[in-house]
Amino acid sequence: MFIIIVGAGKVGRHLAKAFLKSKHEVVITERSPERGEAIKEELGGMVIVGDGCEEGVLMETGISRADVLIAATGSDEDNLAVCQTAKHRFHVPRTISIINNSSNERLFRELGVDVGVNTSQIILSHIEEELPAHPLIHLTDIKGSNQEVVKIRIPPDSAAVGKPLGEVPMPSDSAISIIVRKDGTLLVPNSDVVLSSEDEVVAITTPEREEDLRDALTGTA
Amino acid sequence: MRVLVMGCSRVGILVATAMGKEGHAVVVLDPSAEGLRRLPQELQEEAMVGDGTLEDDLRRAGIESMDVFVAVSDMDTDNALAAQMAQHVFRVSRVVCRIDDPARCEMYTELGLKAVSSTRLTSDLILEALRS
Repeated sequence: MFIIIVGAGKVGRHLAKAFLKSKHEVVITERSPERGEAIKEELGGMVIVGDGCEEGVLMETGISRADVLIAATGSDEDNLAVCQTAKHRFHVPRTISIINNSSNERLFRELGVDVGVNTSQIILSHIEEELPAHPLIHLTDIKGSNQEVVKIRIPPDSAAVGKPLGEVPMPSDSAISIIVRKDGTLLVPNSDVVLSSEDEVVAITTPEREEDLRDALTGTA
Repeated sequence: MRVLVMGCSRVGILVATAMGKEGHAVVVLDPSAEGLRRLPQELQEEAMVGDGTLEDDLRRAGIESMDVFVAVSDMDTDNALAAQMAQHVFRVSRVVCRIDDPARCEMYTELGLKAVSSTRLTSDLILEALRS
């Protein structure tokens, strides 16, 4: 594949190296001349010094035949401008953007950025995973909708323990998709399934309903 | 009308002052408190320190109740992001933004933004002056 990376910060540089190693063709652009020269030496690959937000600079990269463009600068406004230019001016099939500020995720999605990588959200979910007491973990977002997949661990003191699912008051816009018992048994949810302590519940919900769902499954009544 | 002006640039000051004089309720938003002091006194009272590319700051500036959003900072990409947020997230009914790079301005126009390029306007005026 031919991949263009805009921004030779830590992320951009790391990606460029990884792609080159797996034999992809890579061009990286960097606004700062010093950083551009440094990475030229490090990668030996194609580096273009210039502002990747500019059509002219993107054109120099050979963007018209690019398969993927990755906007990896530390500024969301620049990343958005780069992706929009790539998409609408040069018809790049896939645009991927780092999202530095979580609240921009929805805007990027609405404006047609194909994949938004929300770095702080990723770090947060890793931290959630490491904290044993944390009852709700984000697994992924469902593309093109406002829904997300979450995992909730049922604590021993939850009011839902011992209750059939039919009697657990579920918030709207939320549904349990599978229950994983402590011993690894998978349970397909129906209204008769009884929840146990330490069950891992995988559910679909929305950011607005997330807290209600957590309360329904982990609240102590 | 309630007008939110993002960016206390020279353009921002002119637009805000003119709209204020016409009797509109104008709020100017800019990251620099220093910059906001260049506004006429009556506009300074309603001005707010904040970053117009951040959803939270726009909300604090009252974007949800605005009739008009004007993005006129000196940075094209900031203006483009803020204006698109105003249009797509906050559904402000009238959004105008300044995009100096003529090619980029054209693209945003195609994408449905009301965009103005000062570079294009200035050069048009210069050419006109040369021809007359």
